[in-house]
Amino acid sequence: MRYLAPTTLDDAIQLLSGDPGDCRVLAGGTDLLVRLRSGDAEPDSILDIKRIEDLRQITKEDGGWLIGAAVSSAEMNEHAELKAAYPGVCEAADLIGSTQIQGRCTLAGNLCNASPAADSVPAMVAVRAVARVAGPNGTRDVAVEDIPTGPGKTSLEKGEFVASIFLPAKPDRSGDAYLRFIPRTEMDIAVVGCGLSLTLDNDGTCTDARVALGAVGPKVMLVDAAAEALIGTKLDDAAMQALSKACSDAATPIADKRGTVEFRTHVAGVLARRAAAIAKTRAEG
Amino acid sequence: MSNIHVTTKINGDPTEYLCAPDETLLDVLRDRLGMTGSKEGCGTGDCGACSVTINGRLVCSCLVLGAEAEGAEIETIEGMADGDQLHPLQQKFIEHAALQCGICTPGILVAAKSLLEKNPDPTEEEARYWLAGNLCRCTGYDKIIRAVLDTAADLRKAS
Repeated sequence: MRYLAPTTLDDAIQLLSGDPGDCRVLAGGTDLLVRLRSGDAEPDSILDIKRIEDLRQITKEDGGWLIGAAVSSAEMNEHAELKAAYPGVCEAADLIGSTQIQGRCTLAGNLCNASPAADSVPAMVAVRAVARVAGPNGTRDVAVEDIPTGPGKTSLEKGEFVASIFLPAKPDRSGDAYLRFIPRTEMDIAVVGCGLSLTLDNDGTCTDARVALGAVGPKVMLVDAAAEALIGTKLDDAAMQALSKACSDAATPIADKRGTVEFRTHVAGVLARRAAAIAKTRAEG
Repeated sequence: MSNIHVTTKINGDPTEYLCAPDETLLDVLRDRLGMTGSKEGCGTGDCGACSVTINGRLVCSCLVLGAEAEGAEIETIEGMADGDQLHPLQQKFIEHAALQCGICTPGILVAAKSLLEKNPDPTEEEARYWLAGNLCRCTGYDKIIRAVLDTAADLRKAS
């Protein structure tokens, strides 16, 4: 195996697309190194992107935020402005693994690992996050929900990788939130996760919403019916009930050791309602 | 597979080593440098027994490649005591009997030191969450948490 550590994005693209064998991108390594150890992955090369200065930055762009693929969850949560702008995305990243894992793990890695239970992914989808994909034919922007295609699988072409995550500007009086259910208080994989964002007008009427569920299907699920249940309402009890029902109706979970189908279906609705309440409070400022 | 030459600083000492591209920092520390204080529990980032800091950031050294440490500053449990003078956390762990078999202890000490550097006055809840990635199968954690909070209180008084 070769270890490659380019210092520019162009060099990284050339090395990745020019590699004849199996070349894996190393960001935080919290999934890749586990796979190396288990023999699950036996790459010919590893491309470490952490020495590319641009990918280590959190920068403002068009009123939104660009988060490099090598930025750790801990760095995000130490960035006061980013946390204030996107509390839901930051709190989701802050739920990945332990303190030690959060010192390494990245949004881009969490996305490309393509686990249906990835915590940060529903949170990103809820705020219309965009993956900036670098490859031999240039850069393309892809909606975050279109990167994973199923457990462990992504839509990235050979030679492509996610160089950064863009969180676009959002209107005033917007709020986002992420909640997950796990049977313990920390260090576990989501049984259900829900990312939600909404915007209110000056009367408190919801003018826009996005609701995304994790761990209740083969990939993150954007639930349009759940957003429609909120838009045009004042987020009263009836709207919250409709939101819950839309999420439970949309859930198509499997049963495994962490939860049954019935439990996950029910919890999807409960988490959505609770996340909406938090997002509402944040939107009201 | 050709070895990679890495120049780094460990506990303040400039250190060079050769490692294989797929060799973890934990294996480098233990097998190449003879620094066996960092332990391997799970090897998958779940137990925290291999905790070290890299450029001040707490990580599991089993989830870091040795090659990634080029130019970095690493702190391990071996750098915690000052000669024969134990770090206040180490002293408190003895006083509170915050360890039994001891396998998790180096990782917990490194993680607790990192907590107190970031937050000198943690609540019990903050300390428990910070240390959630350090598993101990002997103590039940209570003595560990008490030792950490007691150390924090002493250090605040002394400063």
